[in-house]
Amino acid sequence: MSKQFLFDGRPVRFEEGQTILQAARAAGHYIPHLCWHPDFPPHGSCKLCIVKVAGRHVSSCALPAKEGMEVESNTPEINGERRALVQMLFVEGNHFCPSCEKSGNCELQALAYDLEMMGERFAHFFPDRPVDASHPEMLLDFNRCIFCELCVRASREVDGKSVFALTGRGIHKHLVVNAESGRLGDTDFSADDMAANICPVGVIVRKRVGFATPIGARKYDDKPIHLVDMEDGK
Amino acid sequence: MKSHEVPPTPVGRIVDRHGRHANRLLQVLIEVQDDSGWLSPAVITEIARELSIPRSRVEGVAGFYQFLHTRPVGRYHLLFADNITERMQGSAELMAALCSKLWVEPGKVSEDGLVSIDTTSCIGMGDQGPALLVNGRPLTRLSHQRVNQIAELVRRETPIEQWPAEFFRVDDNIHRRDALLGLDMAPGAALRAAIGAGRAAWMTQLEASNLRGRGGAGFTTAVKWMACRDAAGADKVVVCNADEGEPGTFKDRVLLNSMADAVFEGMTLAAWAVGASEGYLYLRGEYRYLLPALQDTLALRRAQNLLGRGILGEAGFDFDIDIHLGAGAYVCGEETALLESLEGKRGTPRIRPPFPVTHGYLGRPTVVNNVETLAKTCLIALHGGEAFAATGTAQSTGTKLLSISGDCAHPGIYEYPFGVAVERVLEDCGASDIQAVQVGGAAGVTLAGYEFHRRIAFEDVPTAGAFMVFDSSRDLFDVARNFVDFFAHESCGFCTPCRIGTALLKKAMTKLAEGHGAKMDLADIEWINRLLRNASHCGLGAAAANPVVDTLLKFRPTYEQRLKSLDFEPAFDLDAALAAARRASGRDDAAAHLADRAPGS
Amino acid sequence: MSTPRPKVRIATTSLAGCFGCHMSFLDIDELLFDLVEVAEFDRSPLTDIKHCGPCDIGLIEGGVCNAENVHVLREFRHNCKTLIAVGACAINGGLPAQRNHLELESCLREVYQSRAGLGQGGVPDDPELPLLLDKVRPIHELVRIDYFIPGCPPSGEAIWKFLSDLIAGRTPRLSYPMMRFD
Repeated sequence: MSKQFLFDGRPVRFEEGQTILQAARAAGHYIPHLCWHPDFPPHGSCKLCIVKVAGRHVSSCALPAKEGMEVESNTPEINGERRALVQMLFVEGNHFCPSCEKSGNCELQALAYDLEMMGERFAHFFPDRPVDASHPEMLLDFNRCIFCELCVRASREVDGKSVFALTGRGIHKHLVVNAESGRLGDTDFSADDMAANICPVGVIVRKRVGFATPIGARKYDDKPIHLVDMEDGK
Repeated sequence: MKSHEVPPTPVGRIVDRHGRHANRLLQVLIEVQDDSGWLSPAVITEIARELSIPRSRVEGVAGFYQFLHTRPVGRYHLLFADNITERMQGSAELMAALCSKLWVEPGKVSEDGLVSIDTTSCIGMGDQGPALLVNGRPLTRLSHQRVNQIAELVRRETPIEQWPAEFFRVDDNIHRRDALLGLDMAPGAALRAAIGAGRAAWMTQLEASNLRGRGGAGFTTAVKWMACRDAAGADKVVVCNADEGEPGTFKDRVLLNSMADAVFEGMTLAAWAVGASEGYLYLRGEYRYLLPALQDTLALRRAQNLLGRGILGEAGFDFDIDIHLGAGAYVCGEETALLESLEGKRGTPRIRPPFPVTHGYLGRPTVVNNVETLAKTCLIALHGGEAFAATGTAQSTGTKLLSISGDCAHPGIYEYPFGVAVERVLEDCGASDIQAVQVGGAAGVTLAGYEFHRRIAFEDVPTAGAFMVFDSSRDLFDVARNFVDFFAHESCGFCTPCRIGTALLKKAMTKLAEGHGAKMDLADIEWINRLLRNASHCGLGAAAANPVVDTLLKFRPTYEQRLKSLDFEPAFDLDAALAAARRASGRDDAAAHLADRAPGS
Repeated sequence: MSTPRPKVRIATTSLAGCFGCHMSFLDIDELLFDLVEVAEFDRSPLTDIKHCGPCDIGLIEGGVCNAENVHVLREFRHNCKTLIAVGACAINGGLPAQRNHLELESCLREVYQSRAGLGQGGVPDDPELPLLLDKVRPIHELVRIDYFIPGCPPSGEAIWKFLSDLIAGRTPRLSYPMMRFD
């Protein structure tokens, strides 16, 4: 017999070894996330998936579910903190949605909508970050990086290429590519790589196809991410 | 080993020496840099090729550690310790003086490549500061006279080996000895006792001692060791955490300098208890000067059959110790970040659970203990657990080493039974007219005068050992700001709240310091603190706002006096933001400036 | 019988913006008639009143790119009980802020001095011209902002919903389709 815990007051069954987030999703409950992906082990860096268990905040993507746990997730308190984390990400990079080809399909933006991030709270860093257009098919716009490391993990673990890595630390942490020149065009990166198709924001984008989908037909135009993400089976 | 058709390059030789193992990457980077001065893009490519790992991984690691340079530094690279206690001793003025004498800007390299000067976090010399690192070697007791001499030596390009030995003198400064510092133990005595008693009995003694970790968290050592002993998997590992990075702490420096045998013996006692065969001492880069003596001690212990195969004739008790160097990253004091670093990776804390006792170094069951904790196990092996538990308090048995610095007559090391009152410590170290004590380092607690009756113990004021004293002439805002800068500098950047929150805190404190603050900024600080505390991945982020929150509570006027208005002030200096346009247009009329405040508001 | 509520006084302006938000505001079409039943306008491109008097609501479009924007924003903050950032540029600097990674001084010299064919050109120094800030800033970094209406531009519907909530005394909320950053 499977065990169960309480998720926002509702019983959720789980198998031994499942994390809170996995079990909640399997039961149809969405928990916001940016760095979590079903094909990879938990990463635990974005902290959007924080929930409260027995009065303590934990990362639901990483913490194994336990019998009888009481998990609070969709509460004004937790959502307020998640909104603030998204606000932090918005001031850290240069996120100008109107001129971004990922707009409407961007998970960061969609989470901001869903968490009702009407405006900003903090002062902008306006960092000076480059754009790398050296690859024939793909473009890198580092201005939009949120350091989820999905491209790093996909390239290393699935594509077997390690095209991407993070270097630096703290607020100076940044993404680099696997080439002495520092240019994507000098790596073995391919548009077919999993890493080319996993960026939740607009850092790794395909050339010549931007803005192809009209406003209104994009992924998150009609439905919030908490519905879209669950339909995806992702 | 790979055979070379052509003679190996210097990089190739270093990689060979490390068995071409990728988990030696950090050690390889340190040694290659010793050789080449900095890690150029070409050198990074070569290291990647020699180790057969992706270049991106090497670049990722090289960019993480402060003492690894992916851009050139001067042939003389001087790093002034920037902890608040050294600031109070005038380190900033001394650094400015040296910069001007050598015609170099802080953080830049002189045009001839001769010298570069910058700051670094606390280097564990708080009792004999101000101090700096010159090409990695600590230089203590800086004064203007000494700075003049340094400038001259650098200008003449005198090799550092020929600088006056007195410059590099590091004293133990032990002012109060108790059980541990009073111990006069022949190497191997504790180990003989434990082996004589038998493995199970040794663990029982440790349990009876109720020894708790001295690194700050206070986890019960016996529980940790038993979990590792009982964990599935062979090849267990014992790690000594000598990454003593908490600002104001330097007790491990003294133990490693004067009681290295006890530390290594403690590691061996742990190995005996859990059944480990490999040991690592993770030595912070700042203490690299201790490495040769530590290696000598290890060699001696091997010769005495206290390490190696069949230790003290006990068949099957095989254990040896290797020393790994850190390279300037406070976060590596967090045990899972330390393990990552030990594996030659970026020092990013891991997700827990699983804990190191089951999944540690290279996924093997691993005990990670602090230097002082391990040294103290010798006392337990020699005199028994009950004798150990007879001192201290109910939940904090034994003694604690305090590293005392700041405003007192006798900074240095003091060993007290747990439970000692803060006021007693202040009296002993010759401190008077004191307004605050920072116990536990930047991540610790700021105690105001009305709290000096409180006791050093896990039940009251826990500490890894830092005890920084501030007399009434000090401004506690400056103290908090120094710690905020420290956390922003040391954040590994892994999780959102810490990476961005520590940088935002730094901005807020700078704004207040520059006289542009408003009440709204204090509210922002409190909100950022909540996010750091609740959502951070590890203790660094969770504690990053502690000094601000504590001083806001206990020394609020020092913040309020800095406020420009009660409501709101711009996030940046408005008039300064027009400076570039003024220069370009050559204007300086009234309309080319912005007043601080709107007229009439 | 209750006395009719006094009309809400609204001021609007566009700083470093494109007036797109104002155009979107006008897109509420016939609802403008409903609006003027309950509101009247102070300083605004719609009235051509040059300076703002005491108001209930100020709507700010655009970020802050020059000294004049600072003066106008301060005038609004000083006079408006409730100040609202309207649109992407007011909220995060928007398109104009994409110059922020360029160094202003070299940019001005490039445009007015060093480019070939400029002859006797020089960076204009007329005191009538407002000087540029080194970076374009969102307005919440200069004054306290009470509310934000996102969008580039926010739809007329979103602006109307927001204002009608505000005037009716409800904390304004936008439905999902009205929440847009583009």
